[in-house]
This record gives sequence, C-alpha cells and structure tokens, in this order.
Amino acid sequence: MIDIGEIAIAALIYLAAFFLFVGSFGLAKLPDLMRRLHGPTKATTLGIGSMLIASMLYFILERGTVSIHELLISTFLFLTAPVTALMVAKAHILCDKESRKQLPPTGRPAGWAVIDGPQTERARKPTT
Amino acid sequence: MFKRLVPHPLLTLLIVVVWILLNGISWGAAVLGAILGLAIPKLTSPYWPDRPHIGSPLTILEYAVIVLWDIVVANFQVAYLILFRRGESLRSRFVTVPLDLRTPEAISALAGTITMTPGTVSADLSGDGRALLVHCLETNDAEATVATIKSRYETRLQRIFEK
Repeated sequence: MIDIGEIAIAALIYLAAFFLFVGSFGLAKLPDLMRRLHGPTKATTLGIGSMLIASMLYFILERGTVSIHELLISTFLFLTAPVTALMVAKAHILCDKESRKQLPPTGRPAGWAVIDGPQTERARKPTT
Repeated sequence: MFKRLVPHPLLTLLIVVVWILLNGISWGAAVLGAILGLAIPKLTSPYWPDRPHIGSPLTILEYAVIVLWDIVVANFQVAYLILFRRGESLRSRFVTVPLDLRTPEAISALAGTITMTPGTVSADLSGDGRALLVHCLETNDAEATVATIKSRYETRLQRIFEK
C-alpha cells in the first residue's frame, strides 16, 4: 500500500539531497572564494531545511510522536551559517591583496573594519 | 538589583526553554537550564551592556515569514546560477550598503538576512558601523540591489528594533 505521508517524506528527502548536492557542487565549481561562499550559505539551507521537515513528518506520521529537535537544529543553523560566512569573507579580505583592491569605498570617513579596525565609540571604550 | 542579576531576561528565558527542549522535560533539565540561563547572560553582559528594544511580535512574525519565503526563492535562484551558468560569466561584485540602522542587534540581523537571501553575502562592516559591504553573486544593477535590501529588510528591522 502506498501512503501519501511516505511519498511526501520521500519527496522532501529528494529535494533536500538535490539542494545539498547543488550547494556542494557550487563550492567546487565556482571560480573564486567570494562566489564559492554563495553555494554553501544558500543552497544548503533549503536542503537541510527540507531534510529536517522530512524527519519531523516521519516521526509524526510513522512513529506517532512529535519531535522538536529539528526545529532547534534549523534555528541554530540559521543563526550560525551567516556568522561563519561573514568570518570566512573577512579572513579572505584580510589575506587576499587582490580582492582588497576591488572593494568599493565605504562612503564614510572610516574604512572597512577588517582592514582599518573598528572606530566606533563603543570600540574605543575599554571593556571591563 | 534585578537588572544586575538578570541583565537580559528574554535571553534567560530563551536559554531555559531551549535547554529543556534539547534535554527532555525533567526537573534536572529545568534546574541546569536555570543555572545556565542565569550564568550566561551575567558572564557575557560586559560585552553586551545595553538591553535591546524589541518591537511587537507581529512585526517580527511578518519579517520572519518574508525572510523564509526569500530563502526558498534564493535557493532556487542560486541553484539555477550554479548549475546552468559558467562560473566566470557571473557578474559578481562588491557593493556598499549605507546603513540607517544604528543598534548593533539590528545590524547583525540585517547582515544575517542578507547572507541567507537571494544572491548576496554580507562580507564586512565599515569601521564606524554605518555601511555594510555586500558581495553579489550576479547583478546588473548594483543600485537596485541596494535599494531592495534597504526597502525590503532594513525598514522592517527599523520598525522591530528602533521604534
């Protein structure tokens, strides 16, 4: 007997596998680091997201229990992925002289933080 | 006194709830969660002295729905660009987004949103915290991209954090 729930779970897992593959493929294919960052930060969020939804559906439909760990996992993922990307990008700008020349001006008296350092009031204040 | 002991009440509540959800509902989890919920905000408060202002839950919900929808769209767009375009032919570039947001919490939320949504990754902040460096994967019109970011996300974040 074919169950609609099973079809939905399988479809979500296939969707997840597709987007995770595309994200990793982009990481390998794109030519430079800043473009490569786009693959893992975006294509994988929907991949992981639908994998976790599939997992929740499986527990609700097949096991009859509600599992909320998936929601926590996706929240943590959505919070940490941009921070990781930001740190990688900052390290790249700091280390790569070529890409530093391509940066647009800030349009402000201060330069970019990773090159010139922070210049806010709060940064000058010593932390206790 | 209360403010000294519990510098971020919402964060305390969040830590307790997340800890209990992670470890199952039991007294042990509740006690350990409460200890962590009191200790972590207290220990990190020197780095985060001001309590952020947070707007009505409805505006936050609206923002979350818009961002989730944009994440889905972004995934399809980026998947298309990765699969069907040669890497060298993508017109990628850095753009500068001048910020109207002032509070650090709002700026972090905006930077995170930019990274998760269509074709853009936030790369750096200007030294005075008034401009954001954003890398676009594929753009013809940098000014239009900046305008979208400002009108779609920044004005809503301003309503959440600064009104």
